[in-house]
Amino acid sequence: MRLNVNGTLHEVAAEPDMPLLWALRDLIGLTGTKFGCGAAFCGACTVHLDGEPVRACQTPVSAIGTAKITTIEGLSASDTGRRLQAAWAALDVPQCGYCQAGQLMAAAALLDSTPAPSDADIDAAMSGNLCRCATYHRIRAAIHQAAAAKGTAA
Amino acid sequence: MTMALDRRSFLSVSALAGGGFCLGWGGAAAAAASDGQLNAWVKIGADNSITIFASNPEIGQGVRTSMPMLVAEELDVDWAQVQVAPTLANAKIYGRQVAGGSMATTLQYEPLRRVGAAARALLVEAAARQWGVPAASLTTGSAMVRHPATGRSASYGSLAAAAAALPAPDLASVPLKSPAQFRIIGQRTPGVDNRAIATGQPLFGIDAVVPGMKHAAYHKSGVAGAAVASADLAAVKAMAGVRDAFVVPPGPDHAGGIAIIADTTWAAQRARSAIKASWSAGAGSFQSSDAWARLKAEAVAKGPTKPIAATGDVAAALAGAARRVRAEYAYPFLAHVPLEPMNCTARVAGGKVELWAPTQNPEPGRKAVAKALGVAEDDVIIHMMRCGGGFGRRLMNDYMVEAAVIARAAGTPVKLTWSREDDIAHDWLRPGGWQRLEAGLDAQGRVTAWDNHFISYGKGDEFARAAEMTPDDFPGGFLPNYRLAASILPLEHNTGWLRAPENNAFGFVTQGFIDELAHAAGADPVQFRRDFLGPSRIIGDPAKRGHYHTGRMRGVLDKAAQMAGWGRKLPPRTGLGVAFHFSHLGYFANVIEAQVAIDGSVKVVKIWVAGDVGRQIVNPSAAEAQVQGSVLDALGACQHQAISFAEGAIEQRNFGDYPLLRMDEAPPVEVAFVITDFPVTGLGEPAYPAVAPALANAIFQATGVRLRQLPLDTSLLRA
Repeated sequence: MRLNVNGTLHEVAAEPDMPLLWALRDLIGLTGTKFGCGAAFCGACTVHLDGEPVRACQTPVSAIGTAKITTIEGLSASDTGRRLQAAWAALDVPQCGYCQAGQLMAAAALLDSTPAPSDADIDAAMSGNLCRCATYHRIRAAIHQAAAAKGTAA
Repeated sequence: MTMALDRRSFLSVSALAGGGFCLGWGGAAAAAASDGQLNAWVKIGADNSITIFASNPEIGQGVRTSMPMLVAEELDVDWAQVQVAPTLANAKIYGRQVAGGSMATTLQYEPLRRVGAAARALLVEAAARQWGVPAASLTTGSAMVRHPATGRSASYGSLAAAAAALPAPDLASVPLKSPAQFRIIGQRTPGVDNRAIATGQPLFGIDAVVPGMKHAAYHKSGVAGAAVASADLAAVKAMAGVRDAFVVPPGPDHAGGIAIIADTTWAAQRARSAIKASWSAGAGSFQSSDAWARLKAEAVAKGPTKPIAATGDVAAALAGAARRVRAEYAYPFLAHVPLEPMNCTARVAGGKVELWAPTQNPEPGRKAVAKALGVAEDDVIIHMMRCGGGFGRRLMNDYMVEAAVIARAAGTPVKLTWSREDDIAHDWLRPGGWQRLEAGLDAQGRVTAWDNHFISYGKGDEFARAAEMTPDDFPGGFLPNYRLAASILPLEHNTGWLRAPENNAFGFVTQGFIDELAHAAGADPVQFRRDFLGPSRIIGDPAKRGHYHTGRMRGVLDKAAQMAGWGRKLPPRTGLGVAFHFSHLGYFANVIEAQVAIDGSVKVVKIWVAGDVGRQIVNPSAAEAQVQGSVLDALGACQHQAISFAEGAIEQRNFGDYPLLRMDEAPPVEVAFVITDFPVTGLGEPAYPAVAPALANAIFQATGVRLRQLPLDTSLLRA
């Protein structure tokens, strides 16, 4: 089976029911996507399939086909991703940092569809991504900052 | 690091190959110089590279940034010049390497500054000798030594080889900057790992990869003490991707169970659900929330059996009181649920055990692993991986022992990963409990007596870990007539320290009950608290860690009230609630504004927090984050979380029935620090305990309904 991850094709010997999360982490060696609950409650495993945010722990590899997978390791390839990563670092968003890959992937999908989100837009898009350290204020602020930086060099 | 100054004689300086120098304790520098091991505090390369080693476990509290800031400040380098590097767990070199008790800043604020100052003194002395001028005539800055009189200057890197040949300065007398000279301490400083986190670099325990490693799942009974009675593993072993499956006998520091070794985490987890096993009845089989409710009722009827504190004559004072107030408060078991599930990677080879562990507390893990595998403690090597949250869970190292035992039995390096369900089923729970309180008020509304029948869990006459109350717990020492006595219900499940242990429950009880007393006295809740605290003084033994400074608490109480606009007019079914609590050497008060809808649902509008942790905030960015995180952690727990038991085991399984606070539930949290001339202390915990009571008190102001049980039951608030 071939998976297109961050623009690179990977041949993986995965059984069809293996969730994408474990193919990424254990077979391809991209450990940035995180395991938090295995049941789509927490969002730590959020990746993009053709730009849409999905829960990698609930996405069997057999369902992916030729869709382009983007993980946190590939986020810097997009302007949106770079703006978000810069804002995350500058506003000191992470505490433990474990959920932040999923938060960033959810935020990137939000900004790609809603370039200047309101607080309500952010809450609606991000409330499925849990942060046990509760960095929510800074996540919100960083999304606004990244949105405002559109058009500037990131 | 409990790097006491009496160890200064061990401060050593070593030359590095290539002309740098290394400063450390007890041979650390020598080891670093000779074989490159990461075990010194400061390393300066000939190329002027500045490496500062961070020795404490990072769980999100920001010590990998704030502790090196202390060194860098006195070393007198620019923060941008500093690289931070990790160390192994090694108590012999680094002393206390624990993320617990909010103690890193408390213990290291001055010693780590002295490390930096000592390194600077060596470099200055090297320059003074080279230039034949007095050391006192030299200045430093941005990793340069300068001689203003002649305009000469030299980089630290160019001086490092000469500095390495000098005797180490006396740590106790090395001069420190005055706070007015600080350029790094006190500056908002983003975490050193932010970029790596935002780009998905492998930092966490669960990211560890060791050549040839397999993945393990470990299947255990949720009932404490239950052992594998029988297991048919043939079908499991035949499953795709599975390499082995075997029964692991229990040990003193790990539970018995069935290990599955597989090519991927997924294969191990999937095979696990196919295990057919039966379990012996464990000692914990009797446990159920229903059974404890009956036992608690019996304890109430019988009265307390374990006296803890008694001052004055409570019975007489209550009998003579103008007004008596009774209430029962209750709080549940809680689980820690850090977002990174428990995991550890272990390699057992050549008589040594190497562990990649996300742990808050490596040394007890080292001892337990050495005991379980019969190896010397020095043959256990622990890489302290970044922890995806701790909250006290990773003070216990059961997963570390399991990984080591399983790796040895498997004969291959193994990464053990627990599921979320494992994490909840085998948490070291915050103990639940009840407090049955009665207080007496005199005619002026002053509290004259306080009686507490405390009911919690343990074995026999001994409280479970993190369940006990002591005579020093608030309001012990504040009142002329005070009595605290307990009943202990039997418990087999493990308990442990959750963020602000004990205080995280006791704050809810005392600050809720004081609010009731204020109401009974017809007093304003803030003014009543001011009167309760009384004049500025120390309660308790000033020589003991836990003494209570009423003036400092008054300071944060007044600040929080002022921030919130205490006393302002509010819309209908809206209330302001106030609470304060002292724990982990930190004084915190907060005011919460809450709105209660007709259907009983509660919206927290805003939280104002004031804290006093002494004379200096090291990193204001991380400090604010710790307080906001603690407050929202407490807010989520008091609204949503409870662990219950049935048939011996925990009933909750995942975030569906044990919810975390979500972004759309996170109100603004405004934080202010009250700076006082007291020693600098930690911030990981003390902002937590006063949140739940402030919310319950706000709900009372909004509705007149007093909620005395956690989690708060909003169905009682329907209009």
